[in-house]
Amino acid sequence: MSATRPDRSKLYHQQVPSTWWLKKSTYFLFMLRELSSVFIALFLVVYLVQLYQLSDGPQAYAAFTHKLSSPGWILFHLVVLLFAIYHSFTWFQSTAVILVLRIGDRVIPREMVTALNIGAWGLVSLAILILFLALKG
Amino acid sequence: MIRENTTEPLWWGLFSAGGVVAAFLVPIHVIIAGFAVPLGWISDPGMLYRSWLVRIYLFVLISLPLYHWAHRFYFAVNDMQLGVPRKPLSLLCYGGAVVGTVVTAWVLLRL
Repeated sequence: MSATRPDRSKLYHQQVPSTWWLKKSTYFLFMLRELSSVFIALFLVVYLVQLYQLSDGPQAYAAFTHKLSSPGWILFHLVVLLFAIYHSFTWFQSTAVILVLRIGDRVIPREMVTALNIGAWGLVSLAILILFLALKG
Repeated sequence: MIRENTTEPLWWGLFSAGGVVAAFLVPIHVIIAGFAVPLGWISDPGMLYRSWLVRIYLFVLISLPLYHWAHRFYFAVNDMQLGVPRKPLSLLCYGGAVVGTVVTAWVLLRL
């Protein structure tokens, strides 16, 4: 395989308006899926800031956690949760396209692979919740 | 002819791993850290984070989805055709994820 590509500047580019993804619902859902990663990353940054408070002692940690109970933060986490769940579903759907499972000669249908992933997701989530409750002290 | 970006498989691998971590692990953590603990459904004095195994787990949980963000955000902004130059954008995205990884390690090490 060649390790080179044609020069980009010599390729033909069709000009598309920046709002192309608002024109069709499937394009819009595609963009929402891509942007779900932004909300997931924001959540992890907030979580990291919360953990950082622990190095200032349990009081700082409790104070920060209390701050997160305000309506604004609850709304933020609600939006994050919806995007995170949307990411999970779409990720399992694309996994089913890439991961072709067989039993003998028969290919397991994509819907089944997606369903298996969703089942595993449920079990993993439950395990994390149980571990959290067991270890939190 | 221009040379192929040879680091692409690395970033794609990190993107993919981050996508798996985000899909399987993030929603329950949003429920715990975003709702259950702040609203008092579960009390959390923060003792849990003293464990090294928990910290290693958190390192994976927080750092990998940052690469997932970097990859998706970079291509989403490109696809939107907003005229953002590629080089600074890729530096912001992938560089941001690397900085995020270092900061995560630093925070978790000094807990």
